[in-house]
Amino acid sequence: MDKYLHSVTLVADKCHGCTHCLNYCPTEAIRIKDGKATINSDRCIDCGQCIRVCRNKAKKSIYDPFEALKKYKFKVALPAPTLYGQFDNLDDVDYVVQGLYDIGFDYVYEVSRAAEIVTEYTRRFLKQSNLPRPVISSACPVILRLISLRFPSLSSHVMPLMSPMEVAAINAKELVIQEHPDLTADDIGIAFISPCPAKVSYVKNHPENRQPIIDCVLSMKEIYFMMISKMKRGEQPQNTSSSGVVGLSWATSGGESTAIFNDKYLAADGIENVIKVLDQIENNALPTLEFVELNSCPGGCVGGVMTVANPFIARARLQGLRRYLPVTRTSKAKELTKDGVPENLIIHTPLGQRSIGSFSNDTNLSIAVMAQIEEVSKLLPQIDCGACGAPTCHAFAEDVVCKNVSMDECPLHKLPKFSRED
Amino acid sequence: MGEILKLHFDVDGDDFTSAGEASAEVKKKLRLLGYSPETVRRVSIAMYEGEINMVIHAGGGVADVEISEDCIKIVLEDHGPGIENIELAMSEGYSTAADAVRSLGFGAGMGIPNMKRYTDSFNLESTVGVGTKVTLVINT
Ligand SMILES: Nc1ncnc2c1ncn2[C@@H]1O[C@H](COP(=O)(O)OP(=O)(O)O)[C@@H](O)[C@H]1O
Ligand code: SF4
Ligand SMILES: [Mg+2]
Repeated sequence: MDKYLHSVTLVADKCHGCTHCLNYCPTEAIRIKDGKATINSDRCIDCGQCIRVCRNKAKKSIYDPFEALKKYKFKVALPAPTLYGQFDNLDDVDYVVQGLYDIGFDYVYEVSRAAEIVTEYTRRFLKQSNLPRPVISSACPVILRLISLRFPSLSSHVMPLMSPMEVAAINAKELVIQEHPDLTADDIGIAFISPCPAKVSYVKNHPENRQPIIDCVLSMKEIYFMMISKMKRGEQPQNTSSSGVVGLSWATSGGESTAIFNDKYLAADGIENVIKVLDQIENNALPTLEFVELNSCPGGCVGGVMTVANPFIARARLQGLRRYLPVTRTSKAKELTKDGVPENLIIHTPLGQRSIGSFSNDTNLSIAVMAQIEEVSKLLPQIDCGACGAPTCHAFAEDVVCKNVSMDECPLHKLPKFSRED
Repeated sequence: MGEILKLHFDVDGDDFTSAGEASAEVKKKLRLLGYSPETVRRVSIAMYEGEINMVIHAGGGVADVEISEDCIKIVLEDHGPGIENIELAMSEGYSTAADAVRSLGFGAGMGIPNMKRYTDSFNLESTVGVGTKVTLVINT
């Protein structure tokens, strides 16, 4: 299996080796070794939780710089709807769209517009398909990776439809080529303006082995700072937004599901909550649900770690911006087919099914290893102090058995107070 | 020789909010061990139902799990009130759960039927005033 490219990384110089991030990583991917954090690539789901909690700013997102677009003759921006919630004192989305043109983009296709189209296709999917219920949204890439690593049995619940980002890219390219027949496909650079590193990883790893349809993934933070210096109040925008309430709602948790007009839904946000919900679905404890929207970030994409604004403030701003918008602006859009779901937007390859850290392909051997881990774990203080560099005593026991880490990395287990060797 | 992983859990009857944690832990381990999603699912549903029953009907108990390559055996034992009419308790929809629990979505009377459905062997022994012991076996 090819190595998964991550976009959450460590800045070793800044890492003090404190144990803060250990406890927040939902997949226990972090260990402190020789005074620095290390992230296990097989386990990392790029949720950005460690970036959020690191006091020393030693974890950062990797993304493409704006300059990466220079080589393209024609630059297309795909702004995630979260972008609109970043600006203070904004009363109209049109200013943001104009701002993107002003910083050098030649064309803007709003991801919120694609989101409205995805919403309509989701409604159709729920009506027609016999996917196992509840159907799980495919929009947040952290959730997709989490499901493939930790909840493989739920892979078949994931809606096999591209996310708004991808639909936006496909539609934008088609429209640009129609409007500018002189351009070749290689002239066009398509850039997603992302709220999170997870979208960067998703694109870089070319999910489902599809051709990459997005050329660059930019940081919302970086674009925001470029834009505020260019956005002038008072001047009327020349370019206007082409999405409505439904599209903008996707930036916040619950927006995607309320828009599908089916009240048997659940929307959860925050990675820990999401894990609990997936557990319940796997236990068959939520049998009446039709649709589940899961966002890794608190509050939804407004909580992404490449945003600027506080998620609650962004949510309030978006509510204000939505107020005078039409419900959708895509009901008669030419990008929307009359019925059914277009083939090219359906994902046929199932989510990769590889669970986290399965010890060996030989079950008998794995059982022996795990039994040994349980034995070692019994010798440890069970106070999860992190001094050994692992998030919990149990995780340390795993490292001792599987990675040959010395028991002495735990400074406490020999102290009489904690000694369990009796 | 087939290896066996033995796990023991105290299922706290006073803390309703943590009910289900033992089965979640077992599920996590089975996944790590590489059992098929279908097996993991059957074990976690069956054990979950038994665990919840100990909490809502019996004030808690203990769960002992033995995991081996070709089967998973779960023994749930409590010292609760016991079941008077086992045949009735096994029928679909029968429940004596309190309304408070019902409002949380428990008490649909499908727990025991589901335990039976998702296991290869199901055994329930119960004596009124003494307690209940449920033995579940799932072949992989
Ligand atoms: N461990 C137990 N101790 C005492 N009574 C039990 C126990 N497990 C089940 N019962 C009885 O059997 C009935 C049916 O159980 P079950 O099918 O799980 O339905 P539910 O839990 O939804 O009531 C319960 O309502 C209860 O009266
Ligand atoms: S919730 Fe949104 S911002 Fe956060 S990781 Fe998922 S897609 Fe990215
Ligand atoms: Mg029950």
